[in-house]
Amino acid sequence: MNAHVQPLAAQGQPLVKKRPRLDPKFIPLAATVSLFLLMAALGSVFYTGFFSAQVFLNLLIDNAFLCIVAVGMTFVILSGGIDLSVGSVIALTTMVSASLVEKHGWSPAAVIPLVLLMGTGFGALMGFLIQRFRLQPFIVTLAGMFLARGLCYLISIDSISITNPFYTEVSQLRLPLWEGAELSVSALIALGVVALAVFVAHYTQFGRTVYAIGGNEHSAVLMGLPVRSTLVGVYTLSGFCSALAGVVFTFYMLSGYGLHAVGLELDAIAAVVIGGTLLSGGVGYVLGTLFGVLMLGIIQTLIMFDGSLSSWWTRIVIGGLLFVFCLLQRLFESRRR
Amino acid sequence: MNQLFKHRLVWPAFTLLLLLALNAGFNSSFLHLEWRDGHLYGSLVDILNRAAPLMLVSLGMTLVIATRGIDISVGAVVAISAAIAAWMIGGSLVIQDGVATHSSRFPMWAAVAGALGVALACGLWNGVLVARVGMQPIIATLILMVAGRGIAQLITGGQIITIYYGPYFFLGSGYLLGLPFSLFIAAAVFGLLWWVTTRTALGLFIQAVGVNPSAAHVAGVRARRITVWVYAFCGLCAGAAGLIVSSNVKSADGNNAGQLMELDAILAVTLGGTALTGGRFSLAGSVIGALIIQTLTYAIYSLGVPPEVNLVVKAAVVFAVMLLQSPEFRQSLRTLVQRPATGRQA
Repeated sequence: MNAHVQPLAAQGQPLVKKRPRLDPKFIPLAATVSLFLLMAALGSVFYTGFFSAQVFLNLLIDNAFLCIVAVGMTFVILSGGIDLSVGSVIALTTMVSASLVEKHGWSPAAVIPLVLLMGTGFGALMGFLIQRFRLQPFIVTLAGMFLARGLCYLISIDSISITNPFYTEVSQLRLPLWEGAELSVSALIALGVVALAVFVAHYTQFGRTVYAIGGNEHSAVLMGLPVRSTLVGVYTLSGFCSALAGVVFTFYMLSGYGLHAVGLELDAIAAVVIGGTLLSGGVGYVLGTLFGVLMLGIIQTLIMFDGSLSSWWTRIVIGGLLFVFCLLQRLFESRRR
Repeated sequence: MNQLFKHRLVWPAFTLLLLLALNAGFNSSFLHLEWRDGHLYGSLVDILNRAAPLMLVSLGMTLVIATRGIDISVGAVVAISAAIAAWMIGGSLVIQDGVATHSSRFPMWAAVAGALGVALACGLWNGVLVARVGMQPIIATLILMVAGRGIAQLITGGQIITIYYGPYFFLGSGYLLGLPFSLFIAAAVFGLLWWVTTRTALGLFIQAVGVNPSAAHVAGVRARRITVWVYAFCGLCAGAAGLIVSSNVKSADGNNAGQLMELDAILAVTLGGTALTGGRFSLAGSVIGALIIQTLTYAIYSLGVPPEVNLVVKAAVVFAVMLLQSPEFRQSLRTLVQRPATGRQA
């Protein structure tokens, strides 16, 4: 058999064989990226002023918090779980920040680490319950969602606006890039989180264990991987990301309110799915999530540029996209079998 | 006595009684019922009336959860059904001969049938995605949950449609034989389901699908068909709840109608003793669960606590219920109780 292949190879067959072919595992990611580029191209052709660096940077600036939350959610979904509490943890973070800074005169330097710690602890607690007592992530994080929103209202039922100079300055701060295009601090944080998450997912033991758990938790245990601590860690990470997104959201909205970020968990899950991560766990990329977030952003921007379509079309289009991507995922899964 | 304590409905019923007693303790007129304007009047009747939509949704959700599924789109379906009914009845007032009369776009029966039909279609869509396409139930219904509110707003044109048509109000705030009419709808659905699941093999089939879908399939149960229709029925229940809600508040709000209802319904089913892992289910338990949630809400209102705090209490209840349902937690509790005893011996 080998002898047969050798002469064929000599006749120039390897050239055909070596042609770079897309690994099937990258197909969902490639689909997302090409759909994003297609939408960007369509927008640029149909709407004047769409094709500018600032419009694309705004996608990142306006969705920085969503991007950070979705990165945390990616890890949770990769491990085969789900986190419904992210939106309300953001609300709680804005509420605690606003209340401490405005009503109690705390310094932002103390408040920001505190709220980050709080979100991390919140996530760790849910992770502990899920792992230790074998509870369903859906119900535990649902209860977490109720709890965090309820705590917001315990602090205050009304919105608290923030006038602290540190917050207002950071929210105004823009870093000039080129030809007048600018990036905000929040967007930079989001990009940093994505870069760090890519590193964690692919080059650390934690990341590899998350993939292994998502693939098959039982096998991961038998392989001697630290499944227990990783499962808790995944929800801790998601809690931290939610709190960080909450800090960014505070910069964005300059207020604390119990009704902030209602339903954001759905957007985050949608972004992760559109980014090509399988909801059954074990398959997906953090970078895909970034494009999923950008996709949600560009749909909003397109509808805004169009002007004749009402805002609720955003939800319908996102629902439709979710449907298409879930259908594609099913096709891939059945073909792999 | 021991047998009685082992019955599954004991704990939910006990919780409900405790809440009622708590309410009665804080508010002496809580248990008071009187006959006024030809119908029963009192806090208990009020709770029953307001719990009716949640009961309906919970009944549908019970069957879905029994097949090891979940339907998180019911809130959106409530909004869609309310929007369709309101749109078909029409929100216009016409002044005729100096009297404000209502001009309806369609007859009321058509509006009700239309809303229920669309809700059934929504449920069928979910069912097909779960049973035929093979998506995970959370994700399949997430699609409709995300898109559904958009669709409802599309129907209402982004506005809150106010309903002026008198006869429609009967659904949500009318009285029959002295009791709220909505209660009769919920009771009828419960009676039908109870009859179908205990007097025919369907109840057994649904449990079989929930315990092990492939085993059920091998045993000759048409697992896929049952799953599709269970979701369709859940959609229908949500549609009926949407009618009652919109009739009760006399308007349809695409954005806020049925908000968080999916979570309340799942909570009611869990409180009623149906495990989220599928299999055995209890319809009566879910009804009691819905009543517990409504009584809890009532208690919080009557105690004068801001209603938003309700969420914290709900969270505590969910945490407690799911911990008690977890075998691991019971095991560690048992060891915690037994350890001091063994320690003394040593």
